[in-house]
Amino acid sequence: MRPLTEEETKVMFEKLSKYIGENIKLLVDRPDGTYCFRLHQDRVYYMSEKILKLATNFSRDKLISVGTCFGKFTKTTKFRLHVTALDFLAPYAKFKVWVKPGAEQSFLYGNHVLKSGLGRITENTMQYQGVVVYSMADVPLGFGVAAKSTQECRRVDPMSIVVFHQADVGEFIRNEDTLT
Amino acid sequence: MAASSVEELLAKAEQEEAEKLKSITVQKELDLDFDLGNLLACDKNRIETRDFREQKKEDFLRSLARDNTQLLINEIWKLPTERVEEVIVAKLPEPTTRLPREKPPLKPRPPTKWEQFAKLKGIQKKKKTNLVWDETAKEWKRRWGYKRANDDTKEWLIEVPETADPNEDQFAKRVKAKKERVAKNEFNRLKNIARAQKVKTPGVGLVPKAQQSRNELAKAVSVAKVSTASVGRFQDDLPKEKPPKNSGKRRKFDPLIGDFSSEKQKQLDLLKTMGSKKPRLDITKAVNQQMREEDKEEAAAKRRKGGGKRGRKGNMTGKGKAGKAGGGGKAGKAGGGGKRRGKPGKK
Repeated sequence: MRPLTEEETKVMFEKLSKYIGENIKLLVDRPDGTYCFRLHQDRVYYMSEKILKLATNFSRDKLISVGTCFGKFTKTTKFRLHVTALDFLAPYAKFKVWVKPGAEQSFLYGNHVLKSGLGRITENTMQYQGVVVYSMADVPLGFGVAAKSTQECRRVDPMSIVVFHQADVGEFIRNEDTLT
Repeated sequence: MAASSVEELLAKAEQEEAEKLKSITVQKELDLDFDLGNLLACDKNRIETRDFREQKKEDFLRSLARDNTQLLINEIWKLPTERVEEVIVAKLPEPTTRLPREKPPLKPRPPTKWEQFAKLKGIQKKKKTNLVWDETAKEWKRRWGYKRANDDTKEWLIEVPETADPNEDQFAKRVKAKKERVAKNEFNRLKNIARAQKVKTPGVGLVPKAQQSRNELAKAVSVAKVSTASVGRFQDDLPKEKPPKNSGKRRKFDPLIGDFSSEKQKQLDLLKTMGSKKPRLDITKAVNQQMREEDKEEAAAKRRKGGGKRGRKGNMTGKGKAGKAGGGGKAGKAGGGGKRRGKPGKK
């Protein structure tokens, strides 16, 4: 385990800011305790300093996971956000997409969201903007990338994709083995 | 009559024989030199230039080649033959002609450091036996290699010497020492090769190149700076020279539990610089906002036309609300360029 270097922090923050914008500072600087990011085997974990101090008692090969895993750095140092970060993205999300009850299941199986399944979308969403996907009952289901801007969404036909799927809570069952 | 016919027959038979033999016998003034190992036949007979000019040249050459090849084949048939898979094969003798060299002869290579030293001191190479008696296994084992005698690595007990730290791992120490020796040997071997090939090797660090990249130049500067008697302590910096970042071999990471507040501060600063770099006015956003406002005005106009029955409240969806709030906020932020419809902006 080690703290992130400048470059790694920059790459990670850029990725996060696509979904939560400037609210990252609320993650970095929290009123209820000092939380930090640490890198362990190419995965970034977010934890309080208490947990961190406890985790130092484990050897590297025995330590599987600490706190919440936000994502991992790929071999080419790109940062990939995992669904386990959803709990921290959802409350701070800038652009949200609500999905109709019928299309929820489809999204949870890993499919993209079509216009026919789109309930609501925040105004002035740019194309390829990072969005958090909610059900109509405001339960966060996952996150993705807006395939069309809000303007275009209004005009496009019902069978076209409006949100590209990136992660959903169904992955907790599908990819149980690979999520840490 | 019979006698004459018999004579005729005999004569005919002889003639036929001669005909047959003619095809395989060749008359030459001088015999050819044969090197059957290389399947070579050398013809030393003179060629009459008159003959050459008389006949057609191609035909002359062809007949000459045929005759010589015939003689060669005759010689091959004289060799001992054997049958290999239904094919008659002749066993060729060793070649007698010496062929010239294919590659140039080897240049003598310069002696290695050890060879020079040995010559200087007069040390002779001592021939060593292949096998050595191993006391513990009570048999002859090879001197080095697989299952060698007195194998150092297989020892299960190493006494800790008096002068050593009791917590030190002696086995690991042995392995490490071996690795260092191997590395040193390899390094010296490469140096010997470089000396023989007259390849220039640097003392430390960089190989001189015509075009050097930025990183290489920076490294060269830092190496040059440190190459003084006092290891660069009293060297002035170049203008705008930054201290070397990774001067060690390994990357140095921050400690795991460092100062949390400084870490937090660094991250916040990073966020601030990232935020400031993003352009505050996004052209597409401004254009989209413009389009949205136009749509809204059109919708408002339609509604006014339609009558007062449908109140504005009913038509307001979540989109509209967020849009209004977003639109107002965005208009406030977009200071400077971009079209604005006379809304007061917050500065």
